[in-house]
Amino acid sequence: MCLAVPGQVIEVAHEEGLRSARVDFGGVRQRVCLETLPHARPGDWILVHAGFALQILDEEAARQVLAWAAGSPPDAS
Amino acid sequence: MKFVDEYRDPEAVRRAAARVIGRATRTWRVMEVCGGQTHSIVESGLDELLGDAVELLHGPGCPVCVTPAPVLDRAIALAGRDDVTLASFGDMLRVPGSGGDLFGARARGADVRVVYSPLDALRLAEELPDREVVFLAVGFETTAPAVAGALRAARARGTENFSVLVAHVRVPPALRAIRAAPECGVDAFLAAGHVCTVMGTGEYAPLVRELRVPIVVTGFEPLDLLQGAALAVEQLERGESRVEIQYDRAVRPEGNPDARALLDEVFRISDREWRGIGVVPGGGLSLGEAYRAFDAEHRFADTTPITASRDASPHPACHAGEVLRGVMRPPACPHFGTQCTPERPLGAPMVSSEGACAAYYRYRLADPVEEVAAR
Repeated sequence: MCLAVPGQVIEVAHEEGLRSARVDFGGVRQRVCLETLPHARPGDWILVHAGFALQILDEEAARQVLAWAAGSPPDAS
Repeated sequence: MKFVDEYRDPEAVRRAAARVIGRATRTWRVMEVCGGQTHSIVESGLDELLGDAVELLHGPGCPVCVTPAPVLDRAIALAGRDDVTLASFGDMLRVPGSGGDLFGARARGADVRVVYSPLDALRLAEELPDREVVFLAVGFETTAPAVAGALRAARARGTENFSVLVAHVRVPPALRAIRAAPECGVDAFLAAGHVCTVMGTGEYAPLVRELRVPIVVTGFEPLDLLQGAALAVEQLERGESRVEIQYDRAVRPEGNPDARALLDEVFRISDREWRGIGVVPGGGLSLGEAYRAFDAEHRFADTTPITASRDASPHPACHAGEVLRGVMRPPACPHFGTQCTPERPLGAPMVSSEGACAAYYRYRLADPVEEVAAR
């Protein structure tokens, strides 16, 4: 139930009185509420859960996990 | 999909598992808290890849599974009112109350809807001004901000025919309850990544001091889970117990301050009953005073829940409690795959798409019907 899906912000707007964004999920575009992440900007990769943005993904940190798995550097963790 | 597929590469997963094994001098018992993590582990066979180095215990982190029967009984009673449209997430419809489920209520003519977001339930209320729309709100701290966001919008817009039956649960007090249980054999916790995406790690620092176990905030993909296990094993081998963040692409120590502020505005911490664990002090969220008008329990106080039995488990044979505490593995249950299947579940962990029993049924029985026949 705590599944959250990564998507890329296409544009930000106000809809129904709420900060929101149009977000691309692998080709499917959906409206996401940004009340929980008001500083998200177009181009940001964000995590979305139950229609709300939870966090901006850190791409450098994302690469670190893969570097750890590849075994170099030995203690990337 | 970016941020997903690259963490599932089978060769990288095998190498990473070997690194975890290389660091363990004994078998460490590590509990992954979240049901999404459990499914990833069972689907990708991480428990088998780790061999004797790490025994993964499956935790209670499936909000659908820990929602106790009395909440369902109340939801079913509300759905039975002529003026109510009840909305919730899809998994909730098949979770057993003491005498039935919401699907059954729908079959008897109740207006029960499945929504993806609490905002969809709010929109439904605005489309149906002559009906009372009640949202059955379940979920951990991950989901609570979405419900809080819908409630703040309802209040701002004056949507008076919208209310929420709150059954939100909080993770940290449940870890304390699991660790305190006499049969507990947990050496370390892999904390639920998306809960901490919202809440950060502030609540976990006092918890590691109190419980003296490593807590590693971990993601959901196979490589995340293996790195989380590696960090936990390294701490255990050194005799340490600290909070670490494996899932730092999505988790900051402070969490998401805007989401937390929203939670503080709408909810207050309260005691809550967890299926299989009992009443957990501080284990849930309830609506704060400013949002009391949106509390379905308060608004429909005259509607009595339909309680068929006092037993929290609808079926006396169900071992859900032991499964949710990590004491019993689903395949060890005498009813697993025979009397109890996703089509005819005895208990919630077989119902929910994130329940531990459903995970084993789906991924470990290659041909469920045939294997069960052979048992």
